[in-house]
Amino acid sequence: MTLAEILAGLFRGSHDVAVTDGLILGTGRRTGGGLVHVLGIAEGAPLGIDGALILAGRVLAIARSGDDAPILMPIDSASQRMSRRDELLGLNECLAHLAKALMLAEAEGHRTLGLLYGRSAAGAFIATALATGHLVALPGAHPEVMDLPSMARVTKLSLDVLTEKARATAVFAPGLDNLVRTGAIHETWDPEKSLAEQWETCLAAPPASSDRRDRLGAERGGRPCAAAIAERVAARIADHA
Amino acid sequence: MNPAIDLVFEPEALSWYEASARQRVAALVDPGSFHEAVGAEERATSPHLALFDLPEQFDDGMIVGRATLDGAPILVAAQEGRFMGGAVGEVHGAKLVGLLRAAQSLSLDVLILFDTGGVRLQEANAGETAIAEIMRALVDARRAGSRVVGLIGGRSGCYGGGGLIAACCSALVVTEQGRISVTGPEVIETNRGVEEFDARDRALVWRTMGGKHRYLMGGADVFVDDGPGAFRDAVREVLKAPGRLDLDTLDAEQARLERRLARFGAATDAVAVWSALGIADAAAVPGLSTRAFRAVATCRESADDAR
Repeated sequence: MTLAEILAGLFRGSHDVAVTDGLILGTGRRTGGGLVHVLGIAEGAPLGIDGALILAGRVLAIARSGDDAPILMPIDSASQRMSRRDELLGLNECLAHLAKALMLAEAEGHRTLGLLYGRSAAGAFIATALATGHLVALPGAHPEVMDLPSMARVTKLSLDVLTEKARATAVFAPGLDNLVRTGAIHETWDPEKSLAEQWETCLAAPPASSDRRDRLGAERGGRPCAAAIAERVAARIADHA
Repeated sequence: MNPAIDLVFEPEALSWYEASARQRVAALVDPGSFHEAVGAEERATSPHLALFDLPEQFDDGMIVGRATLDGAPILVAAQEGRFMGGAVGEVHGAKLVGLLRAAQSLSLDVLILFDTGGVRLQEANAGETAIAEIMRALVDARRAGSRVVGLIGGRSGCYGGGGLIAACCSALVVTEQGRISVTGPEVIETNRGVEEFDARDRALVWRTMGGKHRYLMGGADVFVDDGPGAFRDAVREVLKAPGRLDLDTLDAEQARLERRLARFGAATDAVAVWSALGIADAAAVPGLSTRAFRAVATCRESADDAR
């Protein structure tokens, strides 16, 4: 689905969302008239220091606003912007700052919902969609950790070998289904049904009191060990404290 | 051969850069106080590396546990950069998630000894998800009052998701060799060409991502020599600060990072940034001793209460 179709499906005509330089900014109105803050990444744009600070500044203003309106974060991005300038000026700090802002806004009472509708990768994915309280995807979305040529360079495996293994291995291969299986993506929406209704269903559910992604990963078979290991470590530490 | 000499463990003589994760932990905290949780004897190995015919390690390159520092209880995590470059896989990441959740429920401070190239690509989806869980657990622990201190000076640096986790910490201690970055030099070169970043130009790597630059920019809080004593003193110092994380902290960080872009956004090289900071002989910075570097670094940007 395109961003325009998604916004039409969620808000009909009641929104002022615009895309500037790959950043989505604006507000929409829920079926009952309630306010929704909309911010995210469009057009497969990479996320660099400049964009991360614009988004974070907006999230912090929302957190300060005193309203309890939810934040919708549609994402169709590349990876983090890969450049000498971004790294020189502290891309790690800017991306982490955005993620922290989203988590603090959630703690202030704003539900945060990531909506992955296109591509996303690596640091851009971590700083945006993966920092929301509830992440949904639409069919056709394509998350990945790293593109295969870069993986080939880092792992010193040939591109042919990697491409072959990517077909066979869920835990490693790019793609929506594989990240649903790890628990990173909570659910996939049905584009044939009303997006507004699916969004209202999400908001009607009580907010999660803890991070359930490792348990989802165990239930779905994409991450067989994570939840059990984290639990065992926490229990051993508590036993000896 | 003199066994009395061979068997002496001299923790203070360690090079942090050269040491293993276990050596660093043993040398950092009170002698004999570290108790590992889910240690190597439990053989919590990666369930995924066999697919790639790669060797497993019984601790999956992550050591977590409790210890004391000057008698006070503290939690410790250490990445083993010698195993797969300290990369974050499913088990490796889950151990840190568990430690941070324990820190929150027990109201304890945490030390994270980073040494990582980022997500372990052979189990990329599990590693990426683990990074997101670690960041959330870290933020939750800090919001509840725990301080989380990152120590960066290992051979593998602190790259990829490791760089994002580090920037969630309340304070960072770094050596000259402690590189912090998201995209590594090789990946920038692969994607953008050698003109954008020549990964073989080690001097370029150090001055763009290395500890001196991060300290000058406010990307790290304390600059130390390459040994456990220096790290321990720095940890004692930063643990005196509250390390809180709330909206005031993030508003201050927003202002700090916006100011950085306004001051240095047009710079294309670290030397230009250092000159703009007010360092007279900026080109000499990479060659300065710790003492001389600290003397010229008084004009640095600070991240106090803004990380």
